[in-house]
Amino acid sequence: MILKYLFAKNEAIPVGSSAIFFGFSAIVWFMIGTGLGSFNAAKLAFPDFVTGTEMFAFGHMRQVHVLAVIFGWISMAFAMAMMYITPILGNTRLWSEKLGLWNCMMWNVCLLAGLSLMWMGVTSGREYSDFPWPLDLAVAVFISIPLAINVWMTIINRRTQGIYTTNWFFAASTFMLIIVFLVGNLPEYFHLTGLTEAYMTWWFAHNVLGLWITPVAAAIAYYVIPKVTGNPLYSHRIGHLHFWSIVVFYSTPAAHHLMSAPLPEWLKSFASVEGVLILVPAIAFVSNILLTMQGKWNMFVENLEVRFTVVGVLLAIPLNMQGGFQQTRSINWYIHGTGWMVAHAHLALLGFSTFLEAAAVYLGLQTLMKRKLYSLTLGNLHFWLLLIGFSTYWVSMTIAGLIQGAGKIYEVPYIDVVIAEHPYMIARWLGGTMVFSSTILWLYNMWMTAREGTPIPAGRMPHELAYER
Amino acid sequence: MQFREYKVGSRMFGMAFGLSMTITLLFPSFDLAASVVSEVGLDKQLASGWDSGWQLQDPFLDGLNKPLKVLVRKDPKTGEPMEPVYAYVYPAGTSLPNGVNHPQILGHGVEGLSVEQGRITEAKKEDGAVFLINKSNKLLDFEDKPLAYIVNATATKGWTPDEVLNQAVDSDVLHAGAGKTMFVREGCWWCHTLLPEQTQDWQIFGAPPMLGDFNGESPTAFGSDRKGPDLLHVGSRNGSREWMMLHFFNPRLVQPHSIMPRFDYLWGEFDADGNKIDYDKWRSEYDEYREGKITTPPDVPMYTKDSEIRKLIDFIVNLK
Repeated sequence: MILKYLFAKNEAIPVGSSAIFFGFSAIVWFMIGTGLGSFNAAKLAFPDFVTGTEMFAFGHMRQVHVLAVIFGWISMAFAMAMMYITPILGNTRLWSEKLGLWNCMMWNVCLLAGLSLMWMGVTSGREYSDFPWPLDLAVAVFISIPLAINVWMTIINRRTQGIYTTNWFFAASTFMLIIVFLVGNLPEYFHLTGLTEAYMTWWFAHNVLGLWITPVAAAIAYYVIPKVTGNPLYSHRIGHLHFWSIVVFYSTPAAHHLMSAPLPEWLKSFASVEGVLILVPAIAFVSNILLTMQGKWNMFVENLEVRFTVVGVLLAIPLNMQGGFQQTRSINWYIHGTGWMVAHAHLALLGFSTFLEAAAVYLGLQTLMKRKLYSLTLGNLHFWLLLIGFSTYWVSMTIAGLIQGAGKIYEVPYIDVVIAEHPYMIARWLGGTMVFSSTILWLYNMWMTAREGTPIPAGRMPHELAYER
Repeated sequence: MQFREYKVGSRMFGMAFGLSMTITLLFPSFDLAASVVSEVGLDKQLASGWDSGWQLQDPFLDGLNKPLKVLVRKDPKTGEPMEPVYAYVYPAGTSLPNGVNHPQILGHGVEGLSVEQGRITEAKKEDGAVFLINKSNKLLDFEDKPLAYIVNATATKGWTPDEVLNQAVDSDVLHAGAGKTMFVREGCWWCHTLLPEQTQDWQIFGAPPMLGDFNGESPTAFGSDRKGPDLLHVGSRNGSREWMMLHFFNPRLVQPHSIMPRFDYLWGEFDADGNKIDYDKWRSEYDEYREGKITTPPDVPMYTKDSEIRKLIDFIVNLK
């Protein structure tokens, strides 16, 4: 298949090969990641479900789920979006399809190796930067740097005068990811210890979300909505406000993850104030996209990509209202370390960002393979299973978190909190399982699109053709 | 380069991102570098050794390259009984802790005492070393606690690792360092924090940690998502090794509502008497007990003294 092009001349590789490779890899990793999530959730609801084996112990699998969805699903879907959106917006070809293909293959190899080792328990013991440092360096060298080079060179070789909003974000985020990855893992290369290590762990975790996942997901919406609806972006200037406030406000509140650790008080206060200012890019982004929809709201119902994107953007509202305020001292003391945070993390990654990436993958695969989506029915089923599954998860974990917070401040014996949380653990498992099953339908639908989708005539967009099934 | 029309923007981006990193990384580093290690911090660092996550000397996190915490009751040189004292034994070839390799991380006061009176710079990895914690009559700046410092007993008293280990009975030897590796590898910290919060938490889970309690420790494994109790002071709440043994083998034996996984696989193949542990039999008998067919659960096998579970229990009961 696509692997035969790894050693072909760059000119001989069909346009879009690397994006298609990234797109299908992303869906497969999404299936693996959510499958592990569903399995882990079952263990939290029923602790004797598959027990007594080291490889299937919760503590060995939890981080594999997290990194599979962040670096497998989300980041590979981002790479997929960059591989086809960056050239389109520059009215040019991707700088190197061959680099893109190698990038994707090495990405899969590194992630498979890293996650397998982590499953065995090989870990640095630092949340979100769990890989040992040789693997961190491999990630930088084989994953983030080649991706950034391809994106930057495509933008530099563009045939348009300006750079569109989406590409500002792509260029800046790929740069910031490299810096965050190399700097955030300094404690491992140089064996920095103590509070420095703890703080740098959360500096990495905060910035990988704030400077990679949030802006790139937003950049996808800046492309999909104007492209599919045909409306121009509501405001270029609000886009500027969004971009600059992400760089200035989102890169600074790392310490708010450690509000109860003995970090310098000035740092915690500063982080907390900056954390509230996250509402500036959030409001700029949500208003800009929703105002771009003016006059085209029928497409929210009729078009699958628009529906996914707009739901993702709407989920950014509760996400940022939570994110801005839950880290202030007055709220953080109640909900820190509870299921509320787990719900919030899934709102960010499974709600807000996954819906935007799914739109990019749907649109990109149809455009590049020049095939109309095989089945709208399966697409709708994917959408509703994902949305209902996610909502079940989010609501149940939020309630569980509030129970846990109350138990914490009223000094309830811990086991009573565990008993009270039990029904919500079952609900979270059901929700997670719905999400997992939706990814199987999606993979089937995209596979059948490649094989049997109606060909899209040259010069036409996928949404201009009617759905057939 | 066609970024030319973005010259101002690119520079502004560099300044904004650079300023953000200056405030969030450079400025805090001055405060963190000024922290003075506490007695708690010294104990954690000396007990857990160089690193408890992945390291070249322990690539599969088997608990290698780790010190032992030993309760010394008899003078290792003379064999005379003495006031019991904890010694941190680094057998020859074991990586020394960060504070010994880089005394400046111990902070103002402790660094000077450890180097001048404790002679820690004379410790050699190849020969191994024995460390003690001494208290000086100086006080910490912010709390009125005596300043504690590291003493290299190999240099000051001539205690060698072998001498200290030979005079100690097995129950006085804590594999707390290797146990921390188990704690990291088995992912205990995904559900149990090591960070009581500065709210009502301290009334149940104990005092929140102070600045200086972590110098030299890596990883700190604070945890972020609490699905079970905080464990920073668990050894003070419950120091029973028997309870820990039952609880690790199957938490439902002592707490029917627990959602903790079973860690019976850390027992290994054989029990303390050298008999092969029949896990299938144990599990089917436990299922019968749970269904009410038999009235008492099957006995939990006694672990061997070099099993992984012994190391993990040593680490847990040492969390005071």
